Amino acid sequence: MSKDGSIVAGILAPHPPHLAYAENPPQNEPKAECGWETLRWAYERMRGDLEQRDFDVLVVLSPHWQTYIGNHFLGVPHFKSLSVDPVFPNLFRFHYDMKVDVELAEAIHDEAKAAGLITRMMRNPDFRVDYGTIVSCHMTRPEWDIPIVSISSCRSRSYYSVEVMQEQALELGRATRVAIEKSGRRALLLASNSLSHRHFTEEPEVPEDMTHEHIYHHGQYLWDMRMIDLMRTGRTQEMIDLMPEFIEQSSSEADSGSLTWMMGAMGFPAYPGEIYGYGTIIGTGNAVVGWYPERAAS
Amino acid sequence: MSGGAIKGLIVPGLPHPLLAADKNEGWMRIRKAFEAAREEVLACKPDLLMIYSTMWPSVIGHQIQADPEPEWTHVDELFHELGSIPYKFRMDAEFAEAYCVAARKRSLHARTVAYHGFPIDTGSVVALKLLNPDNAVPACIVSSNIYSDRAETVVLGKAAADAMRQQNKRAVAIAVTSLSNRLFTDFIEPSEDRIHSLKDEEWNRKVLEFLGDGRLEDVAQLSREIHKQIRVKKVVNFKPFWWLAAVMGQHNDYQGKVYDYAPIHGAGAAVVSLTPSASGVGDKEFDEEDVEIYGGERSVLEQGASQGAASGPATVSMDSAGVVRASAAPKPVGAYPHARKVGDLLFVSGIGPRNPADDSIPGGPVRNGDGAAQDYDIEAQTRAVIDNLKTVLGAAGSSLDRVLDVTVFLIDMDRDFHGFNRVYGEHFKDVGATRTTLAIRALPTPIAVEFKVIAAAGD
Repeated sequence: MSKDGSIVAGILAPHPPHLAYAENPPQNEPKAECGWETLRWAYERMRGDLEQRDFDVLVVLSPHWQTYIGNHFLGVPHFKSLSVDPVFPNLFRFHYDMKVDVELAEAIHDEAKAAGLITRMMRNPDFRVDYGTIVSCHMTRPEWDIPIVSISSCRSRSYYSVEVMQEQALELGRATRVAIEKSGRRALLLASNSLSHRHFTEEPEVPEDMTHEHIYHHGQYLWDMRMIDLMRTGRTQEMIDLMPEFIEQSSSEADSGSLTWMMGAMGFPAYPGEIYGYGTIIGTGNAVVGWYPERAAS
Repeated sequence: MSGGAIKGLIVPGLPHPLLAADKNEGWMRIRKAFEAAREEVLACKPDLLMIYSTMWPSVIGHQIQADPEPEWTHVDELFHELGSIPYKFRMDAEFAEAYCVAARKRSLHARTVAYHGFPIDTGSVVALKLLNPDNAVPACIVSSNIYSDRAETVVLGKAAADAMRQQNKRAVAIAVTSLSNRLFTDFIEPSEDRIHSLKDEEWNRKVLEFLGDGRLEDVAQLSREIHKQIRVKKVVNFKPFWWLAAVMGQHNDYQGKVYDYAPIHGAGAAVVSLTPSASGVGDKEFDEEDVEIYGGERSVLEQGASQGAASGPATVSMDSAGVVRASAAPKPVGAYPHARKVGDLLFVSGIGPRNPADDSIPGGPVRNGDGAAQDYDIEAQTRAVIDNLKTVLGAAGSSLDRVLDVTVFLIDMDRDFHGFNRVYGEHFKDVGATRTTLAIRALPTPIAVEFKVIAAAGD
């Protein structure tokens, strides 16, 4: 039964730790001089737009909580610990302190399970929250004053085709929407992924040395622009239809299902997404994009 | 004895034998196998446990754990319901630095990591908790780079052996890996656990038969086939046996002991030890190339690097038999020269579009590291072939206008002929060379076009 909950907005919120590193928040141990400004300023503009909106919870699906058996949900009300990126420990050693909306997490879990998906609640208080969740949430809401729901990325793609995984992500999105509507929450969805994702295998001596930053290869750039063009012209159904090919051709991190999940939850927006910015991070393509349901009516 | 690997171990990394052994008879057998292997390890009084964990993926080169006393409470991101694993390990930070230096000497990109809270992977945690619960022996852990293939992994193993010699450490080399790695994609009751398929079971048994006979290098030689048959492709290839064989000396002269074998959530888990022995099965001929120094892609940070020539001055050699080798041309992928002059004719080996500077493929490769088809630009590839051809002809004192006969190989005639033919015409329309164009199934590297040329030799 509906309690008039709603999705306030959906944000494509990439999570490379370089973004949090370059922001120099007090929670992160390493300090940067600068770096990846186009994307950080994109996040800043997005945050400005969110100031006009009220929301109760961030719901994020992260590729860096990888579960080979279904989708898992954080199920402990409070986490406080240190997250060290296993790939870029020189950039990201972040002291996090977050609240979890366990009630909503359980509601999404139950809806997804009822829809036939494999799901599990994560109840271990010693669990360390993944850095993808942390970076996307921090860049969206650095105040950390709103609880989150964090959903793992089901990596059964190693077992099934891209198409099957995309269908599962869409179903998870539909379950997420239903649970949010029933909960009465005003939810902000975060799809925590890069676009093209072939990255360099070495990094410069000064990580924020932007003279080394560029797309890994032109083919990736072309694919990124093709997908962004579909976002900015409101053709998200077409974008999702292209997703398997995009994933194959650009090694896209969208294989995690996060963007597809969000589009499924939002019912494939047919209105333009707000392109806040595009930039590369260690060769990968990243965009900050927002979809605001009220624009459907305008 | 001077430093080196005195023993090898293969152990599984999933947490069940550590956290839930009492829930399944097979998990308990694996736990007991760990305990028996521990006794064997301690009996030989090693100075170091050197771990390569397939559950620690790295992207930026190879990472080596160098925190002398890492301490944390670990929870597996998938099997978190099995419980927490508090740990405090003793690591050999000095050896880690030596390993890093040795890896760099062999042209690998490597770095040590020593940060409080660095997430040591489940596989390494399980191995150290069960093999070294009292920290009796200091340890070192190296990551498994997700992109590295055989050459890079073999060199990484040899670098470990270099460091053991340099540091005079008698080490037990440990590969943390499953055999078949196909997990059930749903939750199961512990009592329902079994190897995921009969095919996986049969291959696991075959691998264990080899290892029981001490045939480590044979398993390493078969790694690609094993990966193809029983591995879900989470990463590029089945690497741990390449690393372990390289650390241990790349041969089959071991006494193998298979302690036990059991399923863990569908995957094949085994504990095996390998001890160098004079009575092993010996070696015959190995098919895979051996490699000492890593020479793969390393210039990706430089914009336009692919436009440059090979680093260092170009050199050309032609010996008395007319064999031509040109440093500015792509390195041959087998035992053949770039060209050979016989009388007035110059025979050019099949030549493709690879960039001589870094082996990248202008126009993109036809398939990625996982074998998946990629979009590519046949015109760019064809131009690169002709550029490389000009380099070889020039090195031999000939030139494009002296070409007499061209055989062209295309992997996709329908898709590529038109584009190839257009570029070919730009360069050859006034040359007057005869030409034959063939469609073939594949070429040795992920390229779409190759030329075989006969030209008039230079004066």
